[in-house]
Amino acid sequence: MSVPAAIDLAETAAPKTPSEAGPALCVDGLTVWLQGREVLHDVSFSLAAGEVTGLIGMNGAGKTTLLRAILGLQPVTSGQVRLAGGRLGRRSVGYVPQKVVLDPDLPVRARDLVELGLDGRRLGLPLRSRSKRTVVDGLLSAVDALHLADARVGALSGGEQQRVLIAHALARHPQLLLLDEPLANLDLPSTQETVRLLGRIAREQKVAILLSTHDVNPLLPVMDRVIYLAAGRAASGKTDEVVRSDVLSELYGRHVDVFRAHGRLLVSVGEEHGEDGCDATEVPTSEATGADATGSNATGSDCDEGTAPAERDIGTGPHPAVVLMAGEGQ
Amino acid sequence: MSVLHAVFPPGFFSSEPVQAPAVVGTVVALVCAPVGVFTVVRGQSFAGHAFADITATGGSAAFLLGVSPLVGFVVFALAGGGAIELLGAERQRSRDLATGVLLGAGLGLSALLLYLSTSTQSTTGAAVTVLFGSIFAVSSSVLPLVIGFGAVALVLIGLVYRPLLLSSISPDLAAAQGTRLRIVGLAYMTALAFSVALSALTIGAILSTALLIGPAAAALRLARSPGRATAWAGAIAIVATWGGIVMAYDSYDWPPSQQGWPVSFFVVALVLVAYLLAQLAGRGRRRSPGPLPVKTR
Repeated sequence: MSVPAAIDLAETAAPKTPSEAGPALCVDGLTVWLQGREVLHDVSFSLAAGEVTGLIGMNGAGKTTLLRAILGLQPVTSGQVRLAGGRLGRRSVGYVPQKVVLDPDLPVRARDLVELGLDGRRLGLPLRSRSKRTVVDGLLSAVDALHLADARVGALSGGEQQRVLIAHALARHPQLLLLDEPLANLDLPSTQETVRLLGRIAREQKVAILLSTHDVNPLLPVMDRVIYLAAGRAASGKTDEVVRSDVLSELYGRHVDVFRAHGRLLVSVGEEHGEDGCDATEVPTSEATGADATGSNATGSDCDEGTAPAERDIGTGPHPAVVLMAGEGQ
Repeated sequence: MSVLHAVFPPGFFSSEPVQAPAVVGTVVALVCAPVGVFTVVRGQSFAGHAFADITATGGSAAFLLGVSPLVGFVVFALAGGGAIELLGAERQRSRDLATGVLLGAGLGLSALLLYLSTSTQSTTGAAVTVLFGSIFAVSSSVLPLVIGFGAVALVLIGLVYRPLLLSSISPDLAAAQGTRLRIVGLAYMTALAFSVALSALTIGAILSTALLIGPAAAALRLARSPGRATAWAGAIAIVATWGGIVMAYDSYDWPPSQQGWPVSFFVVALVLVAYLLAQLAGRGRRRSPGPLPVKTR
C-alpha cells in the first residue's frame, strides 16, 4: 500500500510533481471551531513549490491549529485543504512539530530518527540495508548534520535537533514541509542557520515550506510569502506587499513600522494604537468568486485557478490531483 | 575446575527442578527486553508497576480457584490493561490517575482473595508465592503456555516496532505520518500485559517490574540505538535469571536452615548490580563524547 520508500528516495531531490507552476497547497475558506471557540475563520491561501512562507501570529492566533488542519490531524468545521500532485495526503507532507522533547537518555541516534522518517509507519522489524543507509546519509548531509549521524538525538543542541527533525520530515520528499515554531528556543546563530537552511531546501528541493513563528524578522532574508494570523483571520501575500507599514498597522490594530536598512527589512510593532485609527477588522469577507480572505490579493487568484483543473484532472493524468476534504483523515 | 564445581554443583544441569525454570527464565528475559525498553522509553514504568499489582490480584484469584497462577496473571493483566486504556483519556495525567486508582483496587481485592484462600484452605504460603514467587515452583506442564504467551508478546512488539518507536519518541511525529496511535498503544499494552504476567510467574507479582524495568534501564545507559538497547537488556535479563537460578540452587547449603534462599531475591539483586554498573559505565561514557565533530560542508 505504500510507495517503496528506499527506491522512491534517490538523490534526485526534486519531486516529480506537475505542479511547478500551480500552487502546491490550497487552503480554501478554512474554519475551525475548538471547544466552542472559533479558532480559524474563513482562512484561504495557497503555497507554491520552492517558496518559503512565513505563518506569523501571536501566541494563540491559531498557527498550530492551522498546521494540524493541513496535516489532517485537526477536524475542520468547513473549508477545504487541497494538495497538488499525485500522492495522497500526509505522504507528501513533512511535519516538524512544536516542542519535540528528546530525552538525552533516549537510545535513538540521529540516524535512527531520520530512518523513521522514511518508514516509521511500516509494520515489522526494520531491515538494515546499504541503500537505506545511503539515503539516510544523504538526508542528513542535506541539513549539514551528517557528522551528527551516530550521536544520540537527545544529546544534541536545539539547533542540531531541529536540523535532524527537518531531515526526518524531508525523508519521503514531501511537496510541502510544515514547521511549527522551528525558531523558538534557538539562539541567534542557530536561528539564522536554520532559516538559511530552509531557504536553501525550498529552492533546491522545490518544496513548499510553511513555518510558523511569532517574530517575522529572522525570516525576512528567505521569506517569499507571508500569512498573518490575527484573531483567527488571515492576511496573505508576497512579502513586500504585506510587510508594509500600512498593511501591518491595519492588521495588528496598532502602529507598525517597517524599516529598510542595508537591503533588509525590519518590522517593529509599536505599543500604542496607531494614529491612523485602524482597527483589526480589515480582513475582507469572502466574495462570490471564492473565499479570498487575503489582505492583499496576491494569492487568492492562484487558488481559484487551481480548483477547477484539479478537479477535472482526477483519474486522468499520470498524477491525478487529489482533493482532500479536510478532516477526512482523522 | 573446582571453582566451576563450586558454582555449578554436580548434577545441576541434569536436575529436573532446574530445567523448567531455566526455560522459563530465558523466555521471560527475551520478552522483557524489548517490552522493557519501550516501557522505559515511553516513560510508562508506572503503568508497568500497576500491571504488576493487578497481576497479584490475578494470582490470588488463581490460587483460590486452584488453577495455574499464570492463567490468573495473564487474565488480570489483560483486563487491567484494557481498563487502563478505557478509563485513561489521551492525557498522561488522567491516565496516571486511572492507573493509580486501578492499582489500589487491585491490591485491595488481592488482600481479600489471599485472606479467603488462607482461611478456607489453610495454606499459609499463598501470599508469599503469589507476591514474591518462585521460579522453582513452575511446573513443566505450563511450559507450552509460557512459550506461547512469550511468542505472542514478541510478535506483537515486532509487528508494531517502527510505529511504536516513533510514537514513543514523539506522538506528534508518528501522528503526522498517519500512524494510529491508539492501535499501536493497544498492541504495546497487550505485550506489556503478557510480559508482566510472565515476569510475575518468575519472580513474583510484586517484583515483576524489576525484571521488566531494571535491565532496560541499565541498557539505556549502555546503548545508543534501540536495537542495541534491546540486546543489552536481553543479555542482562538472561544473566540475572540464570544467575539467580544458579545461586538459589547453591544456597541450599547455606544457613540458616539449609532450605535455599528465595530465587527472586537473587534475580532482583543481580538486576540491581547490573543497573549500578551500567550507571557507572554510562557516566564514564558521557564524559568522553566520542569522535565528534567533523564538519562536512
